[in-house]
Amino acid sequence: MSLAARLARNGTAGWLLPAAIIAGWEAAARAGLIPANVLPAPSQVAEAFWRLTLSGELIRNIGVSTLRALSGFAIGGSIGFALGLANGLSALSRGLTDTTLQMIRNIPHLALIPLVILWFGIDEEAKLFLVALGVFFPIYVNTLLGIQSVDPQLVEMGRVYGLDRRALFFRVILPGALPSIFVGLRYALGIMWLTLIVAETISASSGLGYMAMQAREFLLIDVVVLSILIYALLGKLADSLARLLERLSLGWHPAFQKG
Amino acid sequence: MPAATLTAARSLVATPATARTIGSVEGRRAFAFKEVGKRFGDKIVLDGISLDVRAGQFLAVIGKSGCGKSTLLRLLAGLDRPSGGSLTFGAAEEGHSRTRFMFQEPRLLPWASVVKNVEIGLTGIAGGADARRRALAMLEEVGLADRADEWPSVLSGGQKQRVALARALVGQPQILALDEPLGALDALTRIEMQQLLERIWLDQKFTAVLVTHDVGEAVALADRVVVIGAGRVALDLDVPVARPRRHGSAELAHIEGTILDHLFNRA
Repeated sequence: MSLAARLARNGTAGWLLPAAIIAGWEAAARAGLIPANVLPAPSQVAEAFWRLTLSGELIRNIGVSTLRALSGFAIGGSIGFALGLANGLSALSRGLTDTTLQMIRNIPHLALIPLVILWFGIDEEAKLFLVALGVFFPIYVNTLLGIQSVDPQLVEMGRVYGLDRRALFFRVILPGALPSIFVGLRYALGIMWLTLIVAETISASSGLGYMAMQAREFLLIDVVVLSILIYALLGKLADSLARLLERLSLGWHPAFQKG
Repeated sequence: MPAATLTAARSLVATPATARTIGSVEGRRAFAFKEVGKRFGDKIVLDGISLDVRAGQFLAVIGKSGCGKSTLLRLLAGLDRPSGGSLTFGAAEEGHSRTRFMFQEPRLLPWASVVKNVEIGLTGIAGGADARRRALAMLEEVGLADRADEWPSVLSGGQKQRVALARALVGQPQILALDEPLGALDALTRIEMQQLLERIWLDQKFTAVLVTHDVGEAVALADRVVVIGAGRVALDLDVPVARPRRHGSAELAHIEGTILDHLFNRA
């Protein structure tokens, strides 16, 4: 097997391109092709990383941002999941709430920032509210879609074989909706970081977004770049976790079987 | 609700009294349709079907597309209610499911292993280790014991339908309703499945009701063939041919010819 094929197999191939970009970037910065006040060299960013790690500032801000992201996700995600289930299973519930939800869905949630600042100031609630609202819709829409797209022939089979409502839900409907729910989950994780960055950049007194904005004030461009890179890594981490979960629970799906 | 539906609904529950009076085990009745009708809106699908089926009989129901043969089967399995007439069953035996339905498609749960899919057939009958043991024994019977822990998606069409057969039979039903279950299989797999079905039927002695549009399949498997036309029983024919039957024998071909003539009004 060639080296490239082996790398592609164990997943390291995906990291080759970022590594090459960083190497090129470092070389260009050292050669003076990129002015330091536009983009600092990766080594300078690494230095900033080390400095902020030693001072404890970086860990604290990552912690604050992660906590916000996850709490907002838990709130919005669980409401979205519950409503998605309810509306997927009950025509009454869908009739009552779906139109309203679809109307709200069409408002970009970030457009609410001025209103949210008026309501909550720049406290934690503002960020939680925005993140929760942002992740609600992908989870809701995909849970609902997943349940509606469960093969009715399988549901009929379950009924014919005497499965009660509970067994029908846990053995037929929920597993059938799971692939779609995971699509919503991964999409929501992306929205979660996006919303948090915007919210922290505009109104916060701690967190990664705040750290980046403070650094901009003091022209610490290495810290700004560091924050952006950390967002990228955290986003990738969240996505990898979701994929792992997906692989563990969708082993039956032909797309996840080893060929 | 019209009166006819009420009567039908009541007699669907059980009529052990009638069943016991039928007499010896051999001649026991599996089920009987009495002037059963079914309407969907203004459209009359079944128009007074009367049919008395003895326990252990292999009945084939044939007819052209849209003649109501699938509706008949759905009524038998309790998936639909008759609009008129009554449907009675023989007494249910302890530990047996009464009627099992085998669909045209395998309808296996893709997220459950083969053996877990078979265990669905034991819902309300057995659970846990006992269910697994019985499901494995049934898989052995259909020749798929070595695939028990695989996902259904890796099986071929014929194998999936064998798993569906195992799921239908694991609860030892008294009546097995088959809605063209072999229709989507290729010709050779089909003959294999027919032989498997016949072997298990001879072994387990359930009452089989096979809906099919394949006259050859009907005469190869059944003791009795019923042709449905215009919502009524158009022909009711015994197939007194000894088993094992040989595909394409002159005797079967003759009966097949009679039925085909009848279907196309050439008699």
